[in-house]
Amino acid sequence: MDSTTIINDTLNLSDISREVIGIVKTPVITGSKLKRLYKQIRSESIFKKLLVIVAVAMVILVAGILFTLIVESIPSIKALGIKYLWGKTWDPVQDIYGAYPFLLGTLLTSFLAILISVPFSIAIAVFLGEYYPKGWLTEFLKNTVELIAAVPSVIYGFWGLAVLVPLVRSFEIKIGVDAVGVGIFSSALILAIMIIPYAASLGRSVIQMVPSSLKEGAYSLGATRWEVIRHIILPYTKSGLFAGILLSLGRALGETMAVTMVIGNTSIIPKNIFAPGNTMASVIANEFTEADKPVYLSALIELGLVLFLLTVVINMIGRRIIKKFTND
Amino acid sequence: MNALLKYRIAKSKTLHVLTSVLAFACVLPLMAILSFIIKAGITKINWHFLVNIPKPVGEAGGGIANALLGTLIIIAVAAAIAIPVGILCGVYLSENKNSRLANWSRLCVDILQGVPSIVIGIVAYFWLVKPLGGFSAFSGSVALAMMMLPIVIRSTEETLKLLPDSLKEAAFALGTPFHRVILKVIIPCGISGILSGVMLSVARVAGETAPLLFTAFGNPYLSANITKPMQSLPLLIFNYATSPYNDWHDLAWGASFILLVFVLLLNISTKLMTKKWKVQL
Repeated sequence: MDSTTIINDTLNLSDISREVIGIVKTPVITGSKLKRLYKQIRSESIFKKLLVIVAVAMVILVAGILFTLIVESIPSIKALGIKYLWGKTWDPVQDIYGAYPFLLGTLLTSFLAILISVPFSIAIAVFLGEYYPKGWLTEFLKNTVELIAAVPSVIYGFWGLAVLVPLVRSFEIKIGVDAVGVGIFSSALILAIMIIPYAASLGRSVIQMVPSSLKEGAYSLGATRWEVIRHIILPYTKSGLFAGILLSLGRALGETMAVTMVIGNTSIIPKNIFAPGNTMASVIANEFTEADKPVYLSALIELGLVLFLLTVVINMIGRRIIKKFTND
Repeated sequence: MNALLKYRIAKSKTLHVLTSVLAFACVLPLMAILSFIIKAGITKINWHFLVNIPKPVGEAGGGIANALLGTLIIIAVAAAIAIPVGILCGVYLSENKNSRLANWSRLCVDILQGVPSIVIGIVAYFWLVKPLGGFSAFSGSVALAMMMLPIVIRSTEETLKLLPDSLKEAAFALGTPFHRVILKVIIPCGISGILSGVMLSVARVAGETAPLLFTAFGNPYLSANITKPMQSLPLLIFNYATSPYNDWHDLAWGASFILLVFVLLLNISTKLMTKKWKVQL
């Protein structure tokens, strides 16, 4: 028996059984029913295509952002070359462009902010992850920390301008530096508050992932609570905590409004951390709509490109570390 | 007890207290900001403030009606773009967990989430403002939609992943076509998580200023035309806070208060919702 006969037999059999049971006489779909079936199949394939289009659109969107930034910064790359990145003067009136003051401003504010915020965010992570994982006090602290991330950055900037800057100014008078108030230090303080939640919430979840057998082993050997934290929890979660710090750094680098409002906006290289300055983001925010020459505008966009690449790389490394940590 | 043991226990207790103090120190700046904005802003709020546009420098009074209307319109248009696209992309990612396109798409969503807001502003300027020949509220909405997308996509994907396969299989077994399974079974089942993601994304972009600087630009007059520049609350706060006039500072404090209340209410209601519906985000 070849395959066709088998199929025919089966078909016949099923036809007979159908007739016996008396449900359907003919297995053919006709008329409006057929139309409806076709319509359903068509809308199904349209819907599936739509999903694919949307997923492709995300890739195109990000590629488009990169492409636009590169194309628009070509005039500046051509005119100024790679030297642009460490040129020390920024004077658009004289057509002199150098990005060094802004690179320095961005790195100084971000790293100072990280230095200030890390002890606090690690403390929150340990407190919520190890000391008190449950209870109303924990809920309160957790929600408060999340609200810190929710406050809009322009409000941080306005508050910084009205409250923090005068405080910093009186502090500067006390230690005897130029008392301007606005500057790198004020921006770093504001940034430090803004980025606490990112490292804290990631740190909390990695600390909760430490296997309790490890901790119990240490306790049974007579370790104190602190010794368990110091010698078991922190070494175990080291890479996760580092990834949290990287993600905060990514946020600090790209933060625009709060920094723009309190940094003072001068394109001179800051002499110390209390001097006013500019970051890459703040100089773009301030001068983009005023840039009247093509090279000037293009130089600003090149700063945007550098900022984009910097944050993408830092975020990607951070995510890679988290992924590795959670898979292990 | 010997001295060493006493020292170790004392050290452990001290560091416990120190950690708690450091952890709760973070509550202080938030409380300082909230109390300051509330104190400075609440006295400025009255009916006149909500329904009038700002007066020129030197004249007392005036309101922020243009910024309130502008914020609502810009966010509504941004949400109208980002929500359908975001949900569809989330559905694709949860339906195709390991296809090559899904991995690329997921990577790009991750990248998009980390792009500094000012860079989004630059890109929106070159995509929409320059070709269309002028600043417009619509370009601002597109910029904000780009920032909303990653949050909507992520929350949709994470929510739908947690739904049991049996739901989908039951619907398929009844002969339901794919699109109806997604639209009538899967999305309604995950609506709580999707909705929280949408609210979170609105809360996040409501306070964004940087993408609007070169797109919506700001407008001192009342305008509801999305092809023209439009004022929004964060833009108004930025422009008036950095101005040297006290009348304008007063307007900015009132606007900050309204913006803060709006954003915090959205965040808190999302939190309550996720708690009630036991959503994981």
